[in-house]
Amino acid sequence: MRNRRCAVDKRLRQLIRGDKRVIAQTITTVENATDPKVLEQIFPHTGKAYHIGITGPPGAGKSTLVNVLCQHLLTDGKKIGIIAVDPTSPFSGGALLGDRVRMTDLSLHKDVYIRSMGSRGSLGGLAQKTKDVALVLDAAGMDYVFIETIGVGQVELDIAQVCDTTVVVLVPESGDSIQAMKAGLLEIADILVVNKGDREGSDRFMLELKFAFELREQVTGWDFPILKTIATKPEGIPELGAAIAAHRSYLEGCGMLEKARKIKLKRRIHELIENRISSHLREHMIGEHELDTMLDKMYRRKLNPFRVAARIADRIIRPQ
Amino acid sequence: MARKIRVLVGKPGLDGHDRGAKVVAAALRDAGMEVIYTGLHQTCESIVEAAIQEDVDVIGLSILSGAHMTLFPKVLNLLKKRHASDIVVIGGGIIPQADMKKLEKKGVKKLFGPGTPTSEIITWIQEATVKKRSRPKRGTVKPTKKLRQKAAVKRRSGKKSARQKKKPKHKKK
Repeated sequence: MRNRRCAVDKRLRQLIRGDKRVIAQTITTVENATDPKVLEQIFPHTGKAYHIGITGPPGAGKSTLVNVLCQHLLTDGKKIGIIAVDPTSPFSGGALLGDRVRMTDLSLHKDVYIRSMGSRGSLGGLAQKTKDVALVLDAAGMDYVFIETIGVGQVELDIAQVCDTTVVVLVPESGDSIQAMKAGLLEIADILVVNKGDREGSDRFMLELKFAFELREQVTGWDFPILKTIATKPEGIPELGAAIAAHRSYLEGCGMLEKARKIKLKRRIHELIENRISSHLREHMIGEHELDTMLDKMYRRKLNPFRVAARIADRIIRPQ
Repeated sequence: MARKIRVLVGKPGLDGHDRGAKVVAAALRDAGMEVIYTGLHQTCESIVEAAIQEDVDVIGLSILSGAHMTLFPKVLNLLKKRHASDIVVIGGGIIPQADMKKLEKKGVKKLFGPGTPTSEIITWIQEATVKKRSRPKRGTVKPTKKLRQKAAVKRRSGKKSARQKKKPKHKKK
């Protein structure tokens, strides 16, 4: 027992020091939920990293943008962790994780750690365990944690629940001002980037976006920037870096950072409780066999699912 | 949920033929594995670094440039240096039979020549991963028969270890 505790302490120290092999193995443990204690142990060492989310439609240049943006930030001697999520096939359960292809410039840098994740059935643009993996990188002493979502459409908004600053990346072909006025993706942006700015129509698209956002009511004091970048050249990257820094100092200045992080923690607790209760219910409270016997009656319309659900729920809520 | 098999598929060196690597990557994905594809023209260093950061079970290298006798041993050496020799290295490409034998002696676990059905590669990786994961992790020492006997003798003779002797002293304080 004592030996085991020593081994755990040693691994935790190695993790905090930023040993990449230990980080990698810890992430595997967290991703597969094989040891629930790990997160409890690392949690006291987290809270220092600044989380930046990069999201946008497939092929908008998110990975390429992360690649050049990180190179820009590394000049200050910062340590960076990157989580790149790609979709898992709902049919085979497999995934092709190809974000590293765009990040080869970073892969050998001693202050960068990149991890690819399959979304594994989660629908919000991230994997279910992405938050936990971000905690591991936070504990490993990263100054910035970048989280890149899978290519998203309009409603995959999980990223905003995880990150301090959310950057939405669009391309000139992303649509017109009506698209920009719709609910969803653009609402979670703290910074809007039009990448591939050398393409035709980029200036007009920028203008349309600006008009669309003028119509929107300003809720916070943050002056929402719309930037143009060309990630492959690269162009406009220092400006993007500056915008992220400006957003951070705005959040810190008005106390919003602490407030937002507390809200996120609260939501996290709700989520954890719900997960625990629902898995408990499924495993212990609702008899699979009982349901199966009723299925046949429901199929022949002798019973209705609404009554059945209400009866079972009542039995759990108000046990006699 | 069973732990997913993670495989890195990479092409080291100056070799632009990535058709085979892509076919294999897609087949492994369809077999339910998580495939990290690193793209063309990688150095051995970046492949090993990526394999460690991604905590993969298997590295699959595709080499059609004829430099296999240099690149495979280099990857194996780098893994050894990083204490990551538990990662299984396999490969494919245009590799003569004689070289295959030499490489397998050096520590490449398996080489697949042209025309290998992807199902064969999939089964091989699945079996190898099961074997790899059942091995005890680095740092955990399995007590040998000799050690167990020694401990038993110690227990019977009633000798107290140094740690046990210290205990009463603490209590007095």
